[in-house]
Amino acid sequence: MTTDLTTGTIATDLTTAGRTDTAARGGAAATSDTDQRVVRRRLGPGHRVRLAFWAGPIALLAIWVIGSKTGFISEQILSAPWTVVESAKTQWTDHDLLGDILSSLKRAVIGLTLGTVAGAVLALLSGLSRLGESLIDGPIQIKRSIPTLALIPLFIAWFGIGEQMKIITIALITMIPIYIHTHNGLRSIEGKYAELAETIGIGRVEFIRHVVLPGAFPGFLLGMRFAVTSSLLGLVVVEQYNATNGVGHMMTLAENYGQTDVIVVGLVIYGAFGFLADGAVRLTERKVLAWRRTLEG
Amino acid sequence: MATHARGLTEATHRPDDPTTTGALAVRVRNLHRSFNKAGGVLNGLDLDIAPGEFVALIGRSGSGKSTLLRALAGLDRDVAGHGQITVPASVSVVFQDSRLLPWKRVLDNVVFGLKAKGAAERGRKALAEVGLAGRERAWPYELSGGEQQRASLARSLVREPQLLLADEPFGALDALTRIRMHVLLRTLCEVHRPAVLLVTHDVDEAIVLADRVIMLYDGVVRTDVRVDLETRSPGDPRFAELRSFLLAELGVNEESVPGQRVAS
Repeated sequence: MTTDLTTGTIATDLTTAGRTDTAARGGAAATSDTDQRVVRRRLGPGHRVRLAFWAGPIALLAIWVIGSKTGFISEQILSAPWTVVESAKTQWTDHDLLGDILSSLKRAVIGLTLGTVAGAVLALLSGLSRLGESLIDGPIQIKRSIPTLALIPLFIAWFGIGEQMKIITIALITMIPIYIHTHNGLRSIEGKYAELAETIGIGRVEFIRHVVLPGAFPGFLLGMRFAVTSSLLGLVVVEQYNATNGVGHMMTLAENYGQTDVIVVGLVIYGAFGFLADGAVRLTERKVLAWRRTLEG
Repeated sequence: MATHARGLTEATHRPDDPTTTGALAVRVRNLHRSFNKAGGVLNGLDLDIAPGEFVALIGRSGSGKSTLLRALAGLDRDVAGHGQITVPASVSVVFQDSRLLPWKRVLDNVVFGLKAKGAAERGRKALAEVGLAGRERAWPYELSGGEQQRASLARSLVREPQLLLADEPFGALDALTRIRMHVLLRTLCEVHRPAVLLVTHDVDEAIVLADRVIMLYDGVVRTDVRVDLETRSPGDPRFAELRSFLLAELGVNEESVPGQRVAS
């Protein structure tokens, strides 16, 4: 390596390390138009890849298909995908699978909506006033430490065994993550923004609308991701009680008759619900939170 | 009219001066503020600012500059003290950080809280005035530090304040951007004529921008000098003289400060 001390630079060294012949002939002049900087290695996850969201689930499906085909996964352990498709067809034609799905969805959506509204409103009341906090936060923490499923016998006594009990149970399960994360998001808003709002002289309603709600929204959406899956958890349980329809009901019957393939149909439906609902929340997150510059990208 | 020994005119008690007669923009009498029982930050401070007057407030760290500014802004609910403060109805604050709401686009930040009809149009005009035309739809994170601070200046100006309070607004900017911001602020103030109280730690900035420079010491206004320079260039001998005087008042010995520019 010929490094001339007067013109000799680290840059010359960089080139000679890779291409000794050019550097030896051209010296420092040859390096003037080549890109000599160190391009930093990316440490974050990089650009978003289209449809990458589906890769994991599809791989999972592929393992299932291949495993069943080769006999690696025996029918006793897990029904093969084609068996499951067959029983789904049978359920659809002979047992109103669509009706089951729709009634489950209806319970989940109504319960989730009520729970979301209640959780968000309580988080606002408790987040914005010390009085609200002292009245609301404690009971929420108490409720949180009692498993909702343990409350079901009590709810049956209070609300009967019909739809009301089912929806209230789901609402209560989903309310908790919404409350916790919205409250946390709200309290994490930097105090300087409240100070700015004070100097601008806006009222409380506008402060909530323009500062509190958008500031707490990332927290709310995180709560939403937990709530969506909690609502499915609630479904499985409440549909064991005196239900005449619903995916959980279908699975309970299948359990009684030992139809593991039908149970797998139910599992696939729950999995698909959860996966799609979470995807929807995350899509909303990306669209609505475009003001953030995070690794989410 | 009292004349300072160095030829710098004292600004206090000049009833014959047209700028201080008539209604005042800011009138502070006997202002006390303290954060603990040990001692006050402001100890009976008096201050007058005339409408349209640009006052720079300098002082060492902890001398109470920000406490005074926050008192004028009405942001000192939790500070103990008493005293009399009169400020105009319309007061606007520019903070050291731009304090743009990250979830609002630039124009929405500028007109944030404005209910009047045509607010968006006024906001656009204000953004154009600070040189940010075309960036209305940008998110705050897409702006550079200097641009963010210009947007925050636009947010203040669009409210047409009678008093503009600025707490080290250029403290976080690089030297070149700061010079450009000085020119911009000076121009904007000449057009809109608010009374200004600018808190700064930079003596040059104070002289370049202000009609009057005041300094806090022991919780009162200790130095109060009028800046009547023909040219506000650091090369002007009178600029250098005023600068040396203010630095001496701050307790800085120029000769002992390495790298300090001293105009020759």
